[in-house]
Amino acid sequence: MAETRPSLVGRPMKRVEDPRLLKGIGTYTDDLRLPGMLHAMILRSPHAHAHVRRIDTAGAAAMPGVVSVLTGRDLNDSCGSVPCAAAIPDLKAPRHTVLAGNRVYFVGHAVAVVVATDPYTARDAIEAIQVDYEPLPAVTNAEQAAQTGTPLTHPELGTNIAFTHSVTGGGDIDDAFRKADRVITQRMYHQRLTPMPIEPRGVVASYHPGEGTLTLWSSTQIPHLLRTLLPGMIGIAENKLRIVAPEVGGGFGAKLNLYAEEALCGALAMRLGAPVKWIESRRENAASTIHGRDQIGDYQVAVKKDGTILGIKAKTIADLGSYCQLLTPAIPTLTGLVLSGCYRVPAVKIDIVGVYTNKMATDAYRGAGRPEATYLIERLMDIVARELAVDRIDLRMKHFPAPTDFPFATSCGLTYDSGNYQAALAKAKELAVWDELMKERAAARRAGRLFGVGVSTYVEICAMGPSKAMPAGGWEWGSVRMEMSGKVTVITGVSPHGQGQETAFAQIVADRLGVNAEDIVVLHGDTNVAHYGRDTYGSRGTAVGGPALAMCIDKIIAKAKTLAAHLFETTEDYVVFDRGIFRAPGVSNREIGWGELAAEAYVAKQLPAGFEPGLEASSFYEPENFTFPFGTHICAVEVDRDTGQVAITKYVAVDDCGVQVNPLIIEGQVQGGIAHSIGQALFEHTVYDEDGQLLTGEFMDYAIPRAADIPEYVLGSTVTPSPVNPLGVKGCGEAGTIGATPAIANAVLDALEPLGIAHLDLPLTPERVWRAVHTRATATV
Amino acid sequence: MRIPVHLRVNNRSHRHDVEPRLLLVHFLRDACGLTGTHVGCETGICGACTVLVDGKAVKSCTMFAVQADGSEVTTIEGLATNGQLHPVQDAFWACHGLQCGYCTPGMVMASVQLLTGNAAPTRADIAEALRGNLCRCTGYSHIIEAIARAARKGAQTGGTQVTHG
Repeated sequence: MAETRPSLVGRPMKRVEDPRLLKGIGTYTDDLRLPGMLHAMILRSPHAHAHVRRIDTAGAAAMPGVVSVLTGRDLNDSCGSVPCAAAIPDLKAPRHTVLAGNRVYFVGHAVAVVVATDPYTARDAIEAIQVDYEPLPAVTNAEQAAQTGTPLTHPELGTNIAFTHSVTGGGDIDDAFRKADRVITQRMYHQRLTPMPIEPRGVVASYHPGEGTLTLWSSTQIPHLLRTLLPGMIGIAENKLRIVAPEVGGGFGAKLNLYAEEALCGALAMRLGAPVKWIESRRENAASTIHGRDQIGDYQVAVKKDGTILGIKAKTIADLGSYCQLLTPAIPTLTGLVLSGCYRVPAVKIDIVGVYTNKMATDAYRGAGRPEATYLIERLMDIVARELAVDRIDLRMKHFPAPTDFPFATSCGLTYDSGNYQAALAKAKELAVWDELMKERAAARRAGRLFGVGVSTYVEICAMGPSKAMPAGGWEWGSVRMEMSGKVTVITGVSPHGQGQETAFAQIVADRLGVNAEDIVVLHGDTNVAHYGRDTYGSRGTAVGGPALAMCIDKIIAKAKTLAAHLFETTEDYVVFDRGIFRAPGVSNREIGWGELAAEAYVAKQLPAGFEPGLEASSFYEPENFTFPFGTHICAVEVDRDTGQVAITKYVAVDDCGVQVNPLIIEGQVQGGIAHSIGQALFEHTVYDEDGQLLTGEFMDYAIPRAADIPEYVLGSTVTPSPVNPLGVKGCGEAGTIGATPAIANAVLDALEPLGIAHLDLPLTPERVWRAVHTRATATV
Repeated sequence: MRIPVHLRVNNRSHRHDVEPRLLLVHFLRDACGLTGTHVGCETGICGACTVLVDGKAVKSCTMFAVQADGSEVTTIEGLATNGQLHPVQDAFWACHGLQCGYCTPGMVMASVQLLTGNAAPTRADIAEALRGNLCRCTGYSHIIEAIARAARKGAQTGGTQVTHG
């Protein structure tokens, strides 16, 4: 009976996406096979910086099976440059063409493309292309690059500085520092990271000359943004371009971009009159797909003796790499937005300098700017606590806003929607059995063991976002259609690629319409189906995409009430809708379900006057604010004094992402996020040598966590609904990555406290820890 | 030069003349049309291409098709029987052991191999068995739970092995 139907929102439902993926019959980009499809391979620069004197493609072009060999000379005039959507005042940016012109400026820069009848032939042909390079000085150190008189990444710009960005917020920062008893200073480096989704990027483009339409499948997070941006690059009308994001094998921000290869494949398919496929290799993915983080700077905290924080000054140099991808210069500015973390910091001053170097561009990698901020503020809280000999938890509590202080305006210019930081901290301490943990630490230290406990209390920015704050709008679109059969088709403009919205949205829609989840299909990722959308990034899928569907459902129910009233021979005022059934108590004993109502709506024989047939609605939802999930992570580690190895012995995470639609999926998001943090804290670092050679160009050199690196977690949550959207959800995709890194770092530094080691930069590899233990000195990169 | 290669894949015969340098993964994906086996790297680190060759887990991007000539190969498409998920697949589903699904075929095949040799693995056994398989989405916890669950269920139902007809 519908009356007893339990709510699906809040239930850990198994995902509807999974059977096809588990059977190996999902369709990823590389699984597409079109008649006559050709295969593209790209020749990439082995130099960080060089003049391209000559490219000889004759040998490659003459090989059997090779259809075309093209260089920048052939394509750059007809193909627009790779766009940057970040609105940064006075940004100096080089024109980044789809293939290099007369200069390459990072290892992996695309120089030429071969199109052949099969991928093995294309790879052979790549090796037959002769390029005469004249190496130029490479810029690899961002701090040096910001000085005058150093070699230039782009001589035509006259400087390596792309932009400067300053934020002063809250009270008088100079006054805060004048009134301080102490100014505590720390230099920190937030290392460069490589996102490394297990599926590299890939594109298939197919042009229909009769229709003049181009269909482009891409392993992307942003099919709709591609449809907006690609037409200007390759000369096709927006309404003749269809973008499909099929199954996408992980993104983490790496696929939140418009890449040269997408334009290239589109242009080649149109030029050659045949479908063209390009599949990125792992080495290409490491070298030519965006990197993340890479900020270095000096951070100062003005404090009173009792630990009261008066102000924070941050001077950051952000290594942007060699050019701007879609959001490159915007990412470090996000760090400035949330630098005060979940604390009352009366005054802040943030100076960010974005600098070009001869490396791959940085951009939005999971967390995008917020992990940097959270790491900075959470390390600073521990450093301040240690310097002043105050308790680090008390210090945090002292600066938390009270739950009644929300909406809470920060000195950095944001308004946090809702929060109860005290409750999340208290729950984490309880789950960690804090007092016992402290006793364990004391006992370990007495025994001479290096045992430490780290805490991170974080807040982050999710549900991106209000259109006024987003370069291309931050609304979301959705459509819900009650089919004639009573089945429900849901179309969303977000583009999930592992986050499970086919399931979560079915749960939301099933509850609101009072239908079975099995009767709902959720479609996404095809711009010919989901006509509008702003896609998936910034933990926005459920928090921005979900409310758009709720709006559609409200419209459908309102329309259905009108029809039901007509069938009951009464007015809407007498019609009650409850869990899938329309009734008119006191008017009729009849009950009308969706099946009957939908049939009436489409058969259209007895509709009220002026009633439009059909039962479907679409909506654009515009969020009035971001949402601000928060939580507390507690980590215990033991450091092996002889090897420098860090073992995580306990990990507690309490996250508050607002209302939970599917706790199983949320748990997966949190665990996945923490794994990225374990990688960042302990292993991962994208390294270029001083000549700009990429030393971490493969999984063999770039160590992402394996199963054996993962501790058994104790996970908990609190639920503080967001007032921003009607679902009360906040988002959970990035929380783990934002909250966990400082918890682990703080734990390791706590373990090393007896040795007098104040700070170490990440990653805390055995070598770095061992060297610090054995020199007992503060070390930075 | 093309060399004839004959494999039985998921109990079906596949004969194709191929270049000697053709990787097994490309034979399976392109010649047999079984695209469930994925490529995530070219160096055998990520394990997305893991298949069973004569019952043993093999990274099909580090083996030539000609090396597998005459072998019995099981890919992810061959695990379910009569539309019923294999216990390992079912456990991955129950435990949310996958997100984007790209590493999943390799993870599942490596798990099947583990449970074939060790019906009651410890958490450490599972983590060790997965050292050749990378996942960037799940953080592994749910995968480890899934394999432990499959082992428990297998103990109740008489095994999690792949049976060849």
